[in-house]
Amino acid sequence: MTTLTKTEDAPAPSGSESFLSVRDLRVQFSTEDGIVKAVDGLSFDVERGKTLGIVGESGSGKSVTNLTVLGLHNPRTTTVDGEIVLDGKELVTATEKELEQLRGNKMAMIFQDPLTALSPYYTVGRQLSEPFMKHRGVSKKDAKDRAIQMLEKVGIPQPKVRFDDYPHQFSGGMRQRAMIAMSLMCDPDLLIADEPTTALDVTVQAQILDLLKDLQQEFGSAIIFITHDLGVISNMADDLLVMYAGRAVERGSVKEVLQTPKHPYTWGLLSSMPRLDGDIHEMLTPIPGSPPSLLNPPSGCPFHPRCAFQDEVQGTLCTDTRPPLGEGRASACHLTAEQKQTIFIDKIQPRLR
Amino acid sequence: MSDNLTLPAQQGPTGTSTETLLAVEGLTKHFPIYGGFPIKRKVGAVQAVDGVDLTVGVGESVGLVGESGCGKSTTGRLITRLLEPTAGKITYAGQDITHASRRQLAPVRSEIQMIFQDPYSSLNPRQTVGTIIKSPMEVNGIEPEGGREKKVRELLELVGLNPEHYNRFPHEFSGGQRQRIGVARALALSPKLIVADEPVSALDVSIQAQVVNLLQKVQEELGIAFLFIAHDLAIVRHFSQRVAVMYLGKVVEVGDRESIYNRPRHPYTHALLSAVPEVAVDDEGEQRERIRLAGDVPSPIAPPSGCRFRTRCWKAQDKCASEEPPLIQLSGNRGGHLTACHFPEEPTTEARDEDVVMDPALKALEDSAADEAPVTKD
Amino acid sequence: MFQFIIRRLAGAVVTLFLIGAVTFFLFVAAPSDYASLACGRDCSPARLEDIREALGLNLPIAQQFWDFMSGIVMGRDFPDGHCAAPCLGQSFYSGDFVWDTIMDRFPTTLTLTAGGAVCFLIIGVGAGMLAAYKRGSLLDKAATGTSMVLSSFQIYFLGPIVLTIFVYSTGWMEDPKYVPITEDPAGWFIGMSIPVLVMATIFTAQYTRMARASMIEQLAEEHVRTARAKGMAKKFVFFRYAWRGSMIPIVTVLGIDISSMLGGAVVTELTFSLQGIGRLAVNGATTKDLPLTMGVMMFGAFFILIVNILTDIAYAYIDPRVRLS
Repeated sequence: MTTLTKTEDAPAPSGSESFLSVRDLRVQFSTEDGIVKAVDGLSFDVERGKTLGIVGESGSGKSVTNLTVLGLHNPRTTTVDGEIVLDGKELVTATEKELEQLRGNKMAMIFQDPLTALSPYYTVGRQLSEPFMKHRGVSKKDAKDRAIQMLEKVGIPQPKVRFDDYPHQFSGGMRQRAMIAMSLMCDPDLLIADEPTTALDVTVQAQILDLLKDLQQEFGSAIIFITHDLGVISNMADDLLVMYAGRAVERGSVKEVLQTPKHPYTWGLLSSMPRLDGDIHEMLTPIPGSPPSLLNPPSGCPFHPRCAFQDEVQGTLCTDTRPPLGEGRASACHLTAEQKQTIFIDKIQPRLR
Repeated sequence: MSDNLTLPAQQGPTGTSTETLLAVEGLTKHFPIYGGFPIKRKVGAVQAVDGVDLTVGVGESVGLVGESGCGKSTTGRLITRLLEPTAGKITYAGQDITHASRRQLAPVRSEIQMIFQDPYSSLNPRQTVGTIIKSPMEVNGIEPEGGREKKVRELLELVGLNPEHYNRFPHEFSGGQRQRIGVARALALSPKLIVADEPVSALDVSIQAQVVNLLQKVQEELGIAFLFIAHDLAIVRHFSQRVAVMYLGKVVEVGDRESIYNRPRHPYTHALLSAVPEVAVDDEGEQRERIRLAGDVPSPIAPPSGCRFRTRCWKAQDKCASEEPPLIQLSGNRGGHLTACHFPEEPTTEARDEDVVMDPALKALEDSAADEAPVTKD
Repeated sequence: MFQFIIRRLAGAVVTLFLIGAVTFFLFVAAPSDYASLACGRDCSPARLEDIREALGLNLPIAQQFWDFMSGIVMGRDFPDGHCAAPCLGQSFYSGDFVWDTIMDRFPTTLTLTAGGAVCFLIIGVGAGMLAAYKRGSLLDKAATGTSMVLSSFQIYFLGPIVLTIFVYSTGWMEDPKYVPITEDPAGWFIGMSIPVLVMATIFTAQYTRMARASMIEQLAEEHVRTARAKGMAKKFVFFRYAWRGSMIPIVTVLGIDISSMLGGAVVTELTFSLQGIGRLAVNGATTKDLPLTMGVMMFGAFFILIVNILTDIAYAYIDPRVRLS
């Protein structure tokens, strides 16, 4: 990472009503083995009331990014650079007190595994009421009323009784519903959902995804939806960010990215997944190799060691120059626009049908 | 892989062969629950697997799908005899192995191998890759031509690993590579049947396809039969010629790939297929039906009477609670396509006039949204 | 809950009986017996027989065992008087009733245990928690370093050093001794302060390290992160969410420590020349005094069982997933 060119990020994009704006975010952990560049120059925007999907595999930096937005990273081992602006408020430099006022109030988070993400020691009701009491300064009774109302809204049967139950007395799907109810207690403007359905069964996942979508309609929150599953994101998001090795490699509306993808990594993801209506005689086309180590990421384009189209790019561009990610609909790849289009139409699209 | 073979048995194998390799009848596994004072006694049982019938033909790949707790993994472990069945019969190549002792099982054991889900915990971290792959041959006293080490190197090459990595340890490999080692170990004894229990679900999306392709290559080139256990319906469809759908310890529907995925009859199969999140790669394409069930799978300790799916089924009637539906071939279904349902669905997965939404919260939210403004269906 | 306690108490009685049986028969099976020991060098067979009869050793073994066990519940008559229940027999050596001897020594042991427990729970666990809360700070480093050094000390090493400094060379304090609290509370406090503090120091260091490690583990739990994601203050999360889980290993070790200390802290007692249960046990074993040994053994076992039950109740209180049924 020595031959880094100027990073992708020019000043903030068009003055649209971007509600959360992340600019050139860099998150590094110091570990015994060295510095892990978990997020390396990431920029994105989330519009009010819209859903941004972030797709990536393990180690792509998608979860770290969002913990950093909430300021939940470990300050002892982590350094954060860049800018995170939520509704005009800069978060990277904000004090812990200021962040506490925002968390659970203006921005809330839904975690992957509700079994470990809810405390086993306190009742669901109490865990739901706490943030409401803190942020709204209301009485215990008002908080309870609100919690019961929210439990009912997310489809917990007998919410008055279940209020006093402990998380272990809930089933997996019900726990995730309770988690969603908890995140919505203070009607947050931003909801970060980190793989919220990965631990669930497929039929329950479908219920929860639809529920989230319907609740978003009602509450009008912006959602950052993190997942590794392109199928899930296809139904959930308005915009999509594809992450690889701590960077964004492709950005656009969900429709643009999934129907006319422009980055070889996105092509690889799409053609390695079998479809329910795909041709069974067609072999899957996996991405060769495995995701890179963030301790020592490849030079230039981090995807180049696994990229099938490196030869189409002239010279050593791929191995020594990091491709920038432009504004708006863009992909960080050295292939020309025409090349991207021809390769996609000739080689990729036939596999996806 | 033609679909129009004549089938001798009721639930016969499709695929390249009509010869049955493995037949399972009424397979049952109840895990007892103990309690009470002062003397502990059996107070109940987890009915993990409850009367499963299944066949796998020579060289055939059969998929076993279902959600957590449906008993698909337990079924796999019963077939490989890692667990002792409570009842039922397992016949392998005409030989009853249901309760076969270690010694009786010895010749069969090498022919049935297993691949596990977690490539991290299923390989001994203190053994080299060579030792891991070699050990099944040592245990079974098999001396291949040219020696064991040569065979191991061949196997490593076959699964796409560098044979020179013979002396490396598992931690030096990535998840996908470790799963390849697991495959090589399973292949060491030239098995006729491999039970693969969620072999790719612990892997990253980009790696899953590598392992699926490897398994496919192994299946086709070596003619090994597979029982492919997974929750990912798209991968199972890709890999298996025949598919069995399990719910709460029972097979609710079984049939050839085409029947299960395009002409399903059991409401649960419909619900499962409808719940699979698919990437919309274009705007056209037929609309799929939308079915949203309510709640989670009930506990296998006290499963519902009659049809086990009835508590979450939109078609359930009184009969479903009193009478357990038999697994039979419904009229209009292809041979070998069996369904256990009193009130089967139409054999199509196309969008319905009205979505099936059982979930009370979803229903309430969607109704109120529909009242405010007529929203188009997504 | 009630049913749980009843059930566990019933189990404890059975266990005590079994412990008694095992001790008894092991002792009887041992090669040397007390009678020939008491008889001395020029022992005549007749004299030996007299001693045996006086001690009841001539009776069948089953009879001896029954006498001992029934005495615990119903009391027992000896030639020199009635021994009221719970009667643990009469010492071969001194002729005193064992129960009385134990009751005579027990306050010393109880003082050591209670005093020690208060110190290491408040100071030890407190310091550990604080170190975890301020992880990486100077305070954390100091606490970790100090506890590392102190926990590698032993009572028989630290004890004499403290005695030399505070008693023998400066004369600031008197030799440690037990004065009943009912007679002289101040004397009791002063007399026992050195042994209690020395013993507590070593335990405190261990509890500091354990509490710190346990707390740090809890702070990394996902549900703790969730609480922070809800906007709860760091202090609140620490004392509300992380605290409970971190108590579980501490309760476990505390249970083991308390019950073993109530059964006698031999090293501490010997180091400071105190007359506690531990020393009694050593005496009983070295003099082949069967009733004394069995008495002390069962007395200690009783505490282990009771503390076990209390520990289980504490688990259920801390963690609602643990059901007492």
